[in-house]
Amino acid sequence: MMSGTVNRRIGETSRAKQWRSLKRGVKLHWELYVIIAIPVIWLLVFSYYPMYGVQIAFRKFIASKGILGSPYVGLMYFEKFIKSYNFGRVIRNTLSISVYDLVLGFPFPIILALLLNNSLRPRYKKFVQIVTYMPYFISTVVMVGIIIQFLSPKVGVVNYAITALGGKEVDFMGKPEYFKHIYVWSNIWQGTGWNAIIYLSALSAIDPGQHEAALVDGANRFQRMWHVDLPGLMPAISIMLTLRMGSIMSVGFEKAFLMQNNLNLSTSEIISTYVYKTGLASAAPDYSYSAAIGLFNSVINLVLISIVNKINTRINEISLW
Amino acid sequence: MSKTIVQDSRNKIKATSQDRAFNLINDALMLFAALIVLYPLIYILSSAFSSPTAVSQGRVVLLPVDFSVRGFEEVFSHKAIVTGFANSIYYTVVGTTVNLVMTVAAAYPLSRKRMPGRRVLLFMFTFTMLFNGGLIPSYLLTARLGLINTRAVMIIPTAINVFNVIICRTFFETTIPDEITEAAMIDGCGHTRFILQMVIPLSKAILAVMVLYYGLGHWNSYFQAFLYISDKSKFPLQIVLRDILILNQVNDIISDPLLYQAKAGMAQLLKYALIVVSSAPFMIAYPFVAKHFVKGVMIGAVKG
Repeated sequence: MMSGTVNRRIGETSRAKQWRSLKRGVKLHWELYVIIAIPVIWLLVFSYYPMYGVQIAFRKFIASKGILGSPYVGLMYFEKFIKSYNFGRVIRNTLSISVYDLVLGFPFPIILALLLNNSLRPRYKKFVQIVTYMPYFISTVVMVGIIIQFLSPKVGVVNYAITALGGKEVDFMGKPEYFKHIYVWSNIWQGTGWNAIIYLSALSAIDPGQHEAALVDGANRFQRMWHVDLPGLMPAISIMLTLRMGSIMSVGFEKAFLMQNNLNLSTSEIISTYVYKTGLASAAPDYSYSAAIGLFNSVINLVLISIVNKINTRINEISLW
Repeated sequence: MSKTIVQDSRNKIKATSQDRAFNLINDALMLFAALIVLYPLIYILSSAFSSPTAVSQGRVVLLPVDFSVRGFEEVFSHKAIVTGFANSIYYTVVGTTVNLVMTVAAAYPLSRKRMPGRRVLLFMFTFTMLFNGGLIPSYLLTARLGLINTRAVMIIPTAINVFNVIICRTFFETTIPDEITEAAMIDGCGHTRFILQMVIPLSKAILAVMVLYYGLGHWNSYFQAFLYISDKSKFPLQIVLRDILILNQVNDIISDPLLYQAKAGMAQLLKYALIVVSSAPFMIAYPFVAKHFVKGVMIGAVKG
């Protein structure tokens, strides 16, 4: 009895102390709150308000009645999407493009970083590095413009080469079966040099002592790359992989949309372009249906990144958050 | 430095045949990578400086054929392109300035460990990287705020990129310890003055990175204008580029209607020149900030 009240009183005083130090901290740093107020208001309006607005996916949105005034319909729009003719196609396209992009595109920057890191010629290394990251600065619109121009059946350099070698010209952009390959390989061309930067900085952080020890043990250069550099890259690799896994359900809207044409739509329609077309581009825009598809996508992404992060935390003891 | 010299001299003394083979393969693969990237770029550049007929007949292989700057003249003779350029410069300059102010205003307080409530605020920011309302709710919001078809729509909704805030915060945390802030505050310097007189001068490296990231984002931005801007006088360059490069709406842009061959050649030439003109600014600027850049990325990546 006695000790209980004493303890409670001690608890109260320490809580009061905490409260007082909190008040002191707030008073001391009041300026920080003023400074961060505008970014926070921006965040509430432009990030959190749309999260609140996403409930139109569960309502039959009527513009004149606003979000809360529109009638609640539960999961109707999600059911509609899952049962729709486009569901399988859109999901399949999104997943196959992004998995292909991940599997094929992921190793290239790592390989390039290892090559650059192992070069014994500093000026040559610098030249190759500058050249390889240049394409990163090309905008998506221009990138797709270049693709279309190069692959054009009449005036494209690729078809010039094919016909010069005696082949028959190919309409690459008009064939659905080529879409995935064009998308992924142009991504690799554009992004490898840039994405290598992060691995290069991870490589430069490896303790040179490890290399010396390996050298003393008689390891040749390949063995040192394999047994020192590559393990040293693992933390960076697992973080990048986690980030990529989290966006496996979202293929970049812009590039796919710009590469689409009526001939390749069967393999190029992905979730994000479909959301745009049902929601904003159609003659009778269905905001609620479109929002539901978008939400479906966001939730899967959130779940995926959480799972991969959890696995990562277990195996590598690295967490995103 | 001395370590690498030791390493290299050892290699020179007893470079085994295995190591020599490794170096050779390493150099060869690097060359391969460089050529694959470089050839399309050179092809575009050479085509842009060739004559219309050389381009339309496919005579350009590596270097310019019948050197000419007709393509560039054509680019700058068209009003839509020039307007697009001016608009893009405006959006990039104003937008990046707003981005920098907002990013520092968010990142600096989040980097001060003694600020009560820091973790809650930090979570508020990072959560938006994992989940968002999506296209339709954002569109409805933008419409409701009356931003559609205004120049502000290119600047305000994109005022903060949370990923960049996190990079900046990490930089501030590691380069400007709380102790310095507190020492300054004891001397009567408030946070605002501290930011202006200490934080910004000490953070040039990361601010250079931010200018590049945000600037490039604005310059290359297409979707925002595509969704919200329909007034031609407000179109940024990327929208004009799409009309010409992708939708092929080029015929009404050619000023001299001569033979079809020449016209077709001119259309091709215009495209190549346009690709060069629109992509050159950042490609040329990058090597100058590259040094800061690698440093900034490294610090940001240490703790993502």
